[in-house]
Amino acid sequence: MELWYTEKHSDDVQFSIRVEKQLYTEETEYQRIDVMTSKEFGTFMTLDGLMMVAEKDEFIYHDMIIHPPMAVNPDIKNVLVIGGGDGGAVRELARYSGIEQIDLAEIDRTVIDVCRRFLPSTTCALDDPRVKIHYEDGLKFIRRKADFYDLIVVDSTDPFGPGEGLFTREFYGNCYKALKEDGILVNQHESPYYKTYADSFQRAHRSIRGFFPVHMVYQAHIPTYPSGHWLFGFASKHYHPVRDLQAERWNNLGLYTKYYNTDLHVGSFALPTYVKELLENA
Amino acid sequence: MYELPQSKAPIYEALKKFKSMRVVPFDVPGHKRGKGNKELTDFLGEACMSVDVNSMKPLDNLCHPVSVIREAEELAAEAFSAKHAFFMVNGTTSAVQAMIFTALKEGDKIIMPRNVHRSAINALVVNGAVPVYVNPGVNKRLGIPLGMRVSDVEAAMDAHPDAKAVFVNNPTYYGICSDLRRIVALAHSRGMLVLADEAHGTHFYFSDLFPVSAMEAGADMAAVSMHKNGGSLTQSSFLLIGSEVSEGYTRQCINLTQTTSGSYLLMSSLDLSRKNLALNGDKIYAKVLQMAEYAREEINKIDGFYAYGQELVNGGDIFDFDRAKLSVYTRDIGLAGIEVYDMLRDDYDIQIEFGDIGNILAILSVGDTNLMIERLISALSEIARMHKQPSAGMFDHEYITPRVDMTPKEAFFAKKRAVRLADSEGLLCSEFVMCYPPGIPILAPGERITKEILDYIRYAKEKGCFMTGTEDVNIDYINVVTGR
Repeated sequence: MELWYTEKHSDDVQFSIRVEKQLYTEETEYQRIDVMTSKEFGTFMTLDGLMMVAEKDEFIYHDMIIHPPMAVNPDIKNVLVIGGGDGGAVRELARYSGIEQIDLAEIDRTVIDVCRRFLPSTTCALDDPRVKIHYEDGLKFIRRKADFYDLIVVDSTDPFGPGEGLFTREFYGNCYKALKEDGILVNQHESPYYKTYADSFQRAHRSIRGFFPVHMVYQAHIPTYPSGHWLFGFASKHYHPVRDLQAERWNNLGLYTKYYNTDLHVGSFALPTYVKELLENA
Repeated sequence: MYELPQSKAPIYEALKKFKSMRVVPFDVPGHKRGKGNKELTDFLGEACMSVDVNSMKPLDNLCHPVSVIREAEELAAEAFSAKHAFFMVNGTTSAVQAMIFTALKEGDKIIMPRNVHRSAINALVVNGAVPVYVNPGVNKRLGIPLGMRVSDVEAAMDAHPDAKAVFVNNPTYYGICSDLRRIVALAHSRGMLVLADEAHGTHFYFSDLFPVSAMEAGADMAAVSMHKNGGSLTQSSFLLIGSEVSEGYTRQCINLTQTTSGSYLLMSSLDLSRKNLALNGDKIYAKVLQMAEYAREEINKIDGFYAYGQELVNGGDIFDFDRAKLSVYTRDIGLAGIEVYDMLRDDYDIQIEFGDIGNILAILSVGDTNLMIERLISALSEIARMHKQPSAGMFDHEYITPRVDMTPKEAFFAKKRAVRLADSEGLLCSEFVMCYPPGIPILAPGERITKEILDYIRYAKEKGCFMTGTEDVNIDYINVVTGR
């Protein structure tokens, strides 16, 4: 018998992983959570059937959503992670001793509980004393904050479920308000390739561009995500992600990262022509 | 608590059974279960098209129901504590018209608040009854029309003891209720009927958390917009009657203007929505109320917005307030309600029910979720952050007492000519001018045009309110009466 997990990357394209065992399934108030194990990608979790995090390739995503902003401003002290219930972003942040406070706003408590149980390698820093977990809609959490964070990390699901509010103009406007004068916003920015993802990518970019003077996009290669070509947004009131890169300072921290390095940092902001065009026409 | 099996939905069940019989259609509608219009069927779905059928023996007939529609009406009557409930498929407008046609004939007087929906005055244009307007108070800060004071209704009754009926909004668009029980007692003691427009009051019937419903208060007829916050399809409604009104005569009045091809999509949606509310309404509306109260609390934390609630209640022109409504006063951030309404749609992809000069209104209902409420609140906080200006104050929105110099019917059908709005002062209006939404007449046929009214129209137009009613689509010209 063969058991396969299949995600539709578009109406006409499927991506499948052979599953050794399904470990968990639950329908929460917000979404359906499934955890499976596989030879190729290890243990992985899906939300509403969409791949969120896989043991074997999560390092790419989490490296790329955390280290670029940290290498631009290594003095970051207060950080907010929105979404990110798998704990991977928090784990990378916790490696910086200069960070004083990490707020995690995750709407679905069950996601965190399930990840703690099945994906301990990503949740390992959630009990760090600097981490405070808020089980709340990110949109609601951010509304009450003003001029407080140095960095906001939007580690959301795709905008087709509970994450929808995190792709809206009201959300990014509230993020702008919650950031300090030199604050940075980093968000998972979907894929440019398949149309539904590209639409979300353009929509998010439109909203961010309306608020932040610096609004750039960078890329990474993530095998388990649709098309494998994934984008991140870097928005800031002040810093330019390449010109203000503090490569030497970051390298002196001596952090080992399996995907990220400061050369790649610069290169990741060089985009394919069609992606540039999507951005221009957003 | 119900005696009838409210978990049944006779029309829905009959349609399902009918579908399984695979009857060959040589009757209307001509799309023949969707086969004749592929693009429409792809769009609406085959399931929908296959039950868009005509009256026939197993499915009963809306004009003269004897089987499944009759049963469904009896279930609805029980759910709404009415003597009878009629399924209405021409909008709540048709239910309001049927109430007026049933209660009044040409020349009869009806006491009504000025802030009635256009459908009520339209019904007067058709049947020739005469309105006696009662001043709905105005909240000066918010600029919204309120309810009728019992004392004002009583004064109107004293001045017009021959009036046949009293018309009451329960609640108004903004959620304001009059003291319906006392108005009913007064009216009945003088032999007048009480007709209630409950276009926004469906939920009153399914929870104790809201103001009293018309049937519970003893009113004689009520028009209930099931589609507004009860979950049925647009254009479907109930007309309810109490014990003193004849079911047969009401049915005849409904049939004067109702389609003879009643839509089974609309009827089955009423049937299933009634079932849902009868079984789950108390839970559903408790949640709606909790969302509305939460939204009010959060919006009131945003400097410059005022989401009003129970605190407005004053025992007089605000006898009670429907807390399921989410109305927000916007002028303290320097914006008109209509401007906030436009920003929500254009900038934030959020469509709310309406914006007027000073307020916006969001409808909360059976279909809302906490996540969507958060979006609305967050968008409002953003609008306040980015657009706050010095307070705009309120346009002086004093009640303009209409001078009714001719019945709406006479004036509407009279000889008339078009004059420039600016030159119309002192003339007799022969058509409607309204600000839509909320669809409350600024001028109605038969009313004298005054300077005050013209100033108000100009201001509302400047602020981008959508003005309708006149023959001239731009509202530059107005038709005035020149002779009988």
